[in-house]
Amino acid sequence: MSEALVYWLQQVLNALQLGSIYALIALGYTLVYGILTMINFAHGDVFMVGAFFCFLSAVYLGLPFVPTLLLTILGTALLGVLIERLAYKPLRHAPRVSAVITALGVGLFLENFTLALAPYPKNVPALLDNVTWDLGGVSLSSLQVIIIFLSLGLMLVLDHVVHRTPVGMAMRAISWDRTFVPLMGVPVNTIISVTFAIGAGLAGAAGTMYALAYPVIDPYMGIMVGWKAFISAVVGGIGNIRGAMIGAFLLGGVEIMVTAFFPSTYRDFVAFTLLLLLILVRPYGILGQPRTQKV
Amino acid sequence: MTRTFPLLLTLLAALGTASCDSDRSLKLGVIAELTGDMPAVGASCRNAAQMAVAEVNAAGGLEIGAERVKLKLVVEDNAGKADQSAVAAQKLITQDEVLAIVGPNASRYAIPAAEVAESAGTVLVTPWSTNPKTTVDGVTGKPKKYVFRACFVDPFQGGVLARFAHENLKAARAAVLYDVASDYNKGIAEVFRESFERLGGKVVAFETYTTGDKDFSAQLTKIKDAKPQVVFLPNYYSEVPLQVQQAKRLGIDVPFIGSDSWGSDELLKLGGADMNGYFFSTHYSADNAAPAAKKFLQDYEATYGAKPDDVAALTYDAFGLLFGAIRTAGKADREAVRAALSTLAEYRGVTGDLQFRADSRDPVKSAVILQIREGRFHYFTNASP
Repeated sequence: MSEALVYWLQQVLNALQLGSIYALIALGYTLVYGILTMINFAHGDVFMVGAFFCFLSAVYLGLPFVPTLLLTILGTALLGVLIERLAYKPLRHAPRVSAVITALGVGLFLENFTLALAPYPKNVPALLDNVTWDLGGVSLSSLQVIIIFLSLGLMLVLDHVVHRTPVGMAMRAISWDRTFVPLMGVPVNTIISVTFAIGAGLAGAAGTMYALAYPVIDPYMGIMVGWKAFISAVVGGIGNIRGAMIGAFLLGGVEIMVTAFFPSTYRDFVAFTLLLLLILVRPYGILGQPRTQKV
Repeated sequence: MTRTFPLLLTLLAALGTASCDSDRSLKLGVIAELTGDMPAVGASCRNAAQMAVAEVNAAGGLEIGAERVKLKLVVEDNAGKADQSAVAAQKLITQDEVLAIVGPNASRYAIPAAEVAESAGTVLVTPWSTNPKTTVDGVTGKPKKYVFRACFVDPFQGGVLARFAHENLKAARAAVLYDVASDYNKGIAEVFRESFERLGGKVVAFETYTTGDKDFSAQLTKIKDAKPQVVFLPNYYSEVPLQVQQAKRLGIDVPFIGSDSWGSDELLKLGGADMNGYFFSTHYSADNAAPAAKKFLQDYEATYGAKPDDVAALTYDAFGLLFGAIRTAGKADREAVRAALSTLAEYRGVTGDLQFRADSRDPVKSAVILQIREGRFHYFTNASP
């Protein structure tokens, strides 16, 4: 392969890895927004707690990859339900701004709580034997393959749950009308809890994969990644699952490619200018439509 | 009632001053990065500060003029934030009324705190901030009056590293990856590029990221494509391990070198075996410390159960400088301490001998190069100014 092609392919792989991470987090944002039209700004911090769960499970319980992943997903799912019950449910009929502020507050709480317990950055041990293949100059690691396929797989599962199962039907119904759907016998509180459990569980999966790919974790790691995932969800059309995936791969791709072909100092400036232009052309995001069916 | 209220206030104020007089301790302030992205730095700074003050107090206090005065340490956390650093400096100066301040350590926190200290006319000695801007007035370009440091500056350090890469590692092509949002990293990266090219080398990639990034794959792919013989990473210890690991995964197998921001045991914990074989410049080496340092090394290890890192050693020296200046001044007066510090004769510290040149707040002192082997820092070579 020519050197330019090798370079380009390597950057595409880098973009796929970064986009997959953004996508796993963006799915949680878009799911909760789709059902409750609420932006759960604590989501990035749930992702951070997921990375710490992964650390605890790997170091203190000594568990291998698969049990760690499942335990982390379970842990963050419970955390998501707990947050919803304690912080968001009492405010379900309060003005939208109150819920947003509460979400920011929960995020700060999670950051500072973790900070109090773990002030130093932590090193997550390698749970997988990371094999790096050299494909004619392009390095591909087994971790990259796992991250990309796990993210695509979870998106397909989520898409199936929302569009093809009774629970998904109930979710879509609640997002459609929250006044009359309960009268049809849909258990609103349970369905909302399930929504938060799924969203937070995805953040847990993302936290685990992130902790393996970037094994130095700290309590503030969720802030920037969370923002970028949120932007991905908005660019893709918030409330739309496939849109969140597209938005995430777009943002990851733009960030990597700007760095690859411009001075890296321009990365955020060029990347976000492009995304702003896209929002100007399509204010509801790529797949979003005004008054669309949410989720 | 309207009359008694001001009277009460006056009485209280009088009581306040009276109690201050009876308690004749002298307050010194510390601003440390206790929380935030470099808590290991803050902890070392606080530990060494407490040790320096405890030693003086155990000896009966600091001799000021004819009497011995006990010292009281006021430690403020800047939470790893620039604005908090300025607030902490303001609080120490106006509320706690400290005589002088030691810290913050990282340049991006030391620079704003130094601005506050300078405008309030209070001496501030930063142990670890190597960026030239800390002690230089941004508008006039002249040295600040009240801000000193206990360490060398980046133009010196960047030059030492460029020479090391060129002469010891025999590199003709170098790449740099640095945090463009942080004063320290940016400053030293630029000096390195300049010095390396002046020596006849070529900087083939000069890549940036911003604080908090964890994915460096795009920049590192670019660096790999440029085929450097050495990669310079002038970044903090919590970020360097990720950069080295990702670079290795992409197949970059040239030496990595770094600056004094690597010098924390945390680097070894976070990076593990991936860091073995690489070099960085720093302020002192526990293996090769001056005779004056032996007692400090032993006491520190006995108290805190760990070898003092460079932040701890420099904080101890910052206090040493300050104690010397207060003794010379003979009174607990901010202006007198400033005058004494700027004309202090050569000081033999834990991190070597240092001296302030006339009209400069930056001491002249040498640097050491350490190598990481078997999960430990080893002395490699020395570099004099």
